[in-house]
Amino acid sequence: MKFKNIINDLKKYFLIEIFKGLFLTFKYLFKKKVTINYPYEKGKISPRFRGEHALRRYPNGEERCIACKLCEAICPAQAIKIEAEPREDGSRRTTRYDIDMTKCIYCGFCAEACPVDAIVEGPNFEFATETREELFYDKEKLLANGDRWEEQIALAQKIDSPYK
Amino acid sequence: MNFINDFGISVFGYSDFSSFIIIILKILAIVLPLLISVAYLTLAERRVIGLMQLRKGPNVVGPFGLFQPFADALKLMSKETIIPKEANKFLFLLAPMITFILALIAWAVIPFDENNVLADINVGILYLFAVSSLAVYGIIIAGWASNSKYAFLGALRSAAQMVSYEVSIGLIIITVLLCVGSLNLTDIVNAQKNVWFAIPLLPMFVMFFISVLAETNRAPFDLPEGESELVAGYFVEYSSMSFALFFLGEYANMILMSALTVTLFLGGWLPIIDVYPLNEVPGVIWFIIKIIFILFIFLWVRASTPRYRYDQLMRLGWKIFLPFSLVWVVLTAGFLVFFDIVPKSI
Repeated sequence: MKFKNIINDLKKYFLIEIFKGLFLTFKYLFKKKVTINYPYEKGKISPRFRGEHALRRYPNGEERCIACKLCEAICPAQAIKIEAEPREDGSRRTTRYDIDMTKCIYCGFCAEACPVDAIVEGPNFEFATETREELFYDKEKLLANGDRWEEQIALAQKIDSPYK
Repeated sequence: MNFINDFGISVFGYSDFSSFIIIILKILAIVLPLLISVAYLTLAERRVIGLMQLRKGPNVVGPFGLFQPFADALKLMSKETIIPKEANKFLFLLAPMITFILALIAWAVIPFDENNVLADINVGILYLFAVSSLAVYGIIIAGWASNSKYAFLGALRSAAQMVSYEVSIGLIIITVLLCVGSLNLTDIVNAQKNVWFAIPLLPMFVMFFISVLAETNRAPFDLPEGESELVAGYFVEYSSMSFALFFLGEYANMILMSALTVTLFLGGWLPIIDVYPLNEVPGVIWFIIKIIFILFIFLWVRASTPRYRYDQLMRLGWKIFLPFSLVWVVLTAGFLVFFDIVPKSI
């Protein structure tokens, strides 16, 4: 017991632990860094990534949404607002599809509720705006997003389909 | 009176105008590189600590982030100077100036090379010690004049800490002086021609460096700043240029203390070994290399150690460093007398 104390005291006076710590940080000086130079380099995102919303179309250009309003019903933040009436050809379509992106909590329930995979959350997360109003998305903006990101969205859906 | 006259003559030379201009130029030749190195020390600190934490540190502004200090300086200068309503305006503005000026004037006696020193005074080390002791005034005035409890607590901590560690710094300096027999910094460096004092006085060297960490309020002794309890310590209320002066003063102090460590223990401008290719390198370069080495240790220690608790800090200062350095003074003196190798000028 006495001997152990002496060893401990000697360790203290020779700053053994301090030098161990210093040696460790010195090793870390040369290790590979984990930082990503963000605007120039981006991290990988999962196919399940829940980013900016988009309304998709079928390959023939017909919009997928059938105005069932399941997304509106399930939305916990009540960010979605839908109005619908029959089109001239008799099919049921939305006349208004608004998402308030300032209310949205990006839970992904809307995409999960959708029976036709119309509303999805795409891979885009860089949609900051300078005004609040620009974040009140309407149907036109959402469909445009769908057209813009269709390739990536389709790929993500394909990769994730075995797990749905 | 004689001393003051001598000091005046050695600083200002003869009182004709051209030598006055030369002195001004010499001062600028010291101060400007010093300020630039302070700027780059802040960058080096951020980069080194970043690298040790597996980050990259600032690398965007300019090549390798080299313009970052200037971006920071511009930002600070464009900020508004805020003086708290209840603050003592005169003292509040005086404090950063004191800190900054004290960090600069100490450089007058630091020898950069053989015969390359602004003021070659015979009490150089005493002057340095006095100036570094005065630094506590800048801090305590800042804390008092801010009229804020955080600033005041930070200042109290800082004052107590600096006073405590000055005692052991003083004793360690005495040990070195016993081996030199002169208070002149040039003589101190010349006395290390055969062997640097860091080798025979290794424990003193380590203790001196640790005390210097405490004296400059650096990690692991950065309690006066203690950003987790005291926000920022004695300079919470400062902004804009007055903050910048504190910041510059603090880092200039770090460089000064590194220079002092190098002069006392690492042989100042002397090359590592006195052989052909090494002793052709100018002394200034050696001096700068050694300062950079010590500064790197400053940053390295900051990246590695957690902060001391206040009672641990005081215990280390008074119950370990003070007796230890006292014993070493006595031992060194006894050793010198016993082997009859006391330097002649004592």
